[in-house]
Amino acid sequence: MTASPTATDTAALSIRDLEMAYMVRGTPRAVLRGVSFDVRAGEAYGLVGESGCGKSTTAYTALRYLPSNGLIQGGTISVGGREVTAMSSKELREFRANHASMVYQDPVQAVNPVLKIGRQVAESFEVIGHSKGEAKELAHKALQRVHIADPEGVLERYPHQLSGGMLQRVVIAMALASDPLLLVLDEPTTGLDATVEAEVLDLVRELRDEIGAAILLIAHNLGVIRTMCDRVGIMYAGRIVEEGTVEDVFDNPSHPYTVGLLNSIPRHGARKTDRELFSIPGNLPQIGDPLPTCVYVARCPLATDKCSAEVPPIVARSDGHWTRCHHPDRIDEVPLPDEVSTAHNVGTEEVIGVHGVSKTFHQRSGDVPALVGVDLGFAEGETLGLVGESGSGKSTLAKTMLGVHEPDEGGAITLRGRPMATKSIDRETESIRAIQMVFQNPDSALNRSWTVRRILTRAVSKLTGKSGDDAEAQAVQIAHAMQLSDRHLDMRPRQLSGGLKQRVAIARAFAGDPDVVVADEPTSALDVSVQAAILNLLAELQRDVRTSYLFITHDIGVVRYLADRIAVMYVGRVMEVGPTDVMFEGPIHPYTEALLSAVPSVDGEAENRIPLKGEIPSPKNPPPGCVFHTRCHRVIEGTCDKIEPPMVEVSLGHSIKCHIPPDELLEMQKVPWVDHSVPEL
Amino acid sequence: MKRFIIRRLLLSVVTLGIILILITLIPNIAPGDPARKIAGGTASPERLAAVTESLGLDKSVIEQLTDLVTDVFTLDLGESFTRPGTSVWSLVSTSLFNSTKLVVFALLLVLPVAIIGGLVAAYRRDTWLDRVIVNLGVALSSLPEFVVGALFLVLLAVPIDFFRVVADPPAGASFLTELQYLLLPVFTVLTVYFGYIARITRASTITAIESDYTRTAFMRGLSTSEVFRKHVLRNSLVPTVAVVGTQLGYLFGGMVGLELIYNYPGLGRMIFDAVDSADYPLLRGGVLTVAIIYMLATLAADLIIAWMNPRARLSLSEGS
Repeated sequence: MTASPTATDTAALSIRDLEMAYMVRGTPRAVLRGVSFDVRAGEAYGLVGESGCGKSTTAYTALRYLPSNGLIQGGTISVGGREVTAMSSKELREFRANHASMVYQDPVQAVNPVLKIGRQVAESFEVIGHSKGEAKELAHKALQRVHIADPEGVLERYPHQLSGGMLQRVVIAMALASDPLLLVLDEPTTGLDATVEAEVLDLVRELRDEIGAAILLIAHNLGVIRTMCDRVGIMYAGRIVEEGTVEDVFDNPSHPYTVGLLNSIPRHGARKTDRELFSIPGNLPQIGDPLPTCVYVARCPLATDKCSAEVPPIVARSDGHWTRCHHPDRIDEVPLPDEVSTAHNVGTEEVIGVHGVSKTFHQRSGDVPALVGVDLGFAEGETLGLVGESGSGKSTLAKTMLGVHEPDEGGAITLRGRPMATKSIDRETESIRAIQMVFQNPDSALNRSWTVRRILTRAVSKLTGKSGDDAEAQAVQIAHAMQLSDRHLDMRPRQLSGGLKQRVAIARAFAGDPDVVVADEPTSALDVSVQAAILNLLAELQRDVRTSYLFITHDIGVVRYLADRIAVMYVGRVMEVGPTDVMFEGPIHPYTEALLSAVPSVDGEAENRIPLKGEIPSPKNPPPGCVFHTRCHRVIEGTCDKIEPPMVEVSLGHSIKCHIPPDELLEMQKVPWVDHSVPEL
Repeated sequence: MKRFIIRRLLLSVVTLGIILILITLIPNIAPGDPARKIAGGTASPERLAAVTESLGLDKSVIEQLTDLVTDVFTLDLGESFTRPGTSVWSLVSTSLFNSTKLVVFALLLVLPVAIIGGLVAAYRRDTWLDRVIVNLGVALSSLPEFVVGALFLVLLAVPIDFFRVVADPPAGASFLTELQYLLLPVFTVLTVYFGYIARITRASTITAIESDYTRTAFMRGLSTSEVFRKHVLRNSLVPTVAVVGTQLGYLFGGMVGLELIYNYPGLGRMIFDAVDSADYPLLRGGVLTVAIIYMLATLAADLIIAWMNPRARLSLSEGS
């Protein structure tokens, strides 16, 4: 009932008091500071925490895969009763081949680019003693087991010829080759589309019962953990601070850190107009920092003198649910995020308009219509969320608006009613100033050898024509508005954390007081708490300076929180556009329905997933009729595959491109996956 | 792959065409009259006209080009000026044979030693062994080959009888004797190229070792040597192959200093002598040979790279 093992002999993986450090210039820097947990055979255990908390390190250490300066300083790791820390290198190889497997974060990088898939899958069987011929046959079966439709074809292909989702299936097939006792999944769906993520998770769920392995799942997405795991451990600064079943931990969190994490994600349909997201103040302690008695004391809203004087005990909350906190009974006192008092007003004037814009790429192998007749507009102070799978044309639309791509003849992009030049180099400074962009990866968007001050000053002078001290003064002012301190101004991007870098990138975009900011997945590489801070910042800026956003994301929770309107794209076409609150009440386009149902929810809502079969069609060969009919679960034979549906206005400002009449659609969609509950955080 | 090979071969044909055009154009557009230079300032107009005609410079550029193409395909590159009666082809082929001996022997030594050096440096990264390999390599490759060659002469060939001061063995020497004579020039090439090739191999091997697929291979339970043989090498040797491909042309035609020091009758020295004695047909034959070697070497390198790395085939086989 506490951290002590229920029964060590039944645990397939048992980690006890694990201490691990990196040697930096001869000094050990502690990474794991006494990690203990058990995973039983057939059980799925999740590890959650911010980047740098040690969750991946724990996973790799379990298979004793350490960086060259990594050192296990104490503790035990037992898999199936065998002590991993005591194995010779030969035993370790044999152990990895036969008893433990791993599925990695980025499947594209995890397979060897120069070897055929067949060779690599077969190798997983050869290493456990099968002959080449047997291995080949087994590889074929392994691919069938992970539901790859054309195993012969895939075995003969090279990794770059497969999609990320397909490669992750291959990696899973390889991991299962030996029927392992322990299967470690390290962020297995991070970076995959929500729909692909859902498929991969379905596959793991299905195979779980079949293989009976202990599963250790590392994820920063709490929804993934909730839907996949039986139990979860919340990690902080190299220690587990709370553990229990996913229901207990996520529904009755008992550690202030867990509460902070849960409050930092948009839940229960919360909107930016209701309240801010919770952003945990301060930063994770650095690796190797001496820790106070309670690891979380510096950031904890409940901290008292006792917390910095005594190591918190393990407090049982219910059977198998415990927390490492002095004050679990005061957990309800953790303050809720601030309510938003200022009203959020969306203007009526169209700032930027996209009118009948198409974009065709001319390739030697034929024309590729990447955008087809897109009509969208933004009012002042409005956020338009743009969603759709990879390859749906979201980024192409953003680039066309920015003038990176020149749209085809006939379409127009207008700034306050006046058409803008189609190419950015032909645009007036005014038009360039009016639309700015924030990218997904601030690392590659900021000049690495410039200081923040120089980056921002240059942006100000380029966009506003100010120079010298004037420009610098404004740059400093903008930096302050982004909650960057003077200390940060003279740092270079590499000295900043991911969240701070993204703040600089946002500051750069805001340097010329833009009308519209295009944000392409600006928070998908960030931890939830940092994401919360960035989303709060964006919402606040919008309330103050009434900037419009085109917010591209695959995170439905985020788009629901931030967007006033949502546009759904598929194969270069807008399939649906409408006000956020109206869309979440339905009816919605079947594609939107499938997208929404694919999102794993941290609240453990009803599972009514609508699977999307196959992959998104290439815009080169769009299906006839409705482009979505090949994957639609509500397809009407004879109509959808022949006639392209018109855009039908369902209610004011809400249009759907579908043949099914809206009231019928609404009737069909009366499934309780939509969470209608009022925000209750 | 087939598509790639066909397209790459077509590209080589284009390269050959460009080589032939350039060789035709050079005497026509180079400053001064090559015929006057060859005939000498005091030559009679008749003599000058005869030389011009023998160079083919009285014809139109197009005719010169078609003549050159015919000459190349019939292996008839005319006669040497300085050794009348001897065909350019026989002189070129003898030098080419000598150069080939030197280069093949050198590569057989340099490639394994330098590649293993690079692999060891990468595997033992940031240890003393790595630093020795990298720094020694940089130091040695910063010396030009004629300096290293001369040093070896003084330090090895003069005091030790086993090492020879010339690289050209006496006629009728056995294979082993030939190798003995070639030893010092080959050591020179090793000295000059070791650092270069080892460092390139080291850098790409470190990238491969740090790649996720290498981690996957270790996690699969393969041993270090299996991981290297099956996963690392094919990725990490691609840049090495590319570099060796581009350096082959130089090894054949550019090591003039080395060949002079060791009095070795290779292509480099032949071209040098042809320039020195204004033997235009011989010079043309030599330059043409080196250019074709360069073309074939890069072709071979590209084909090997395409075989090693499927993504390298994309650039030519998918028309985008």
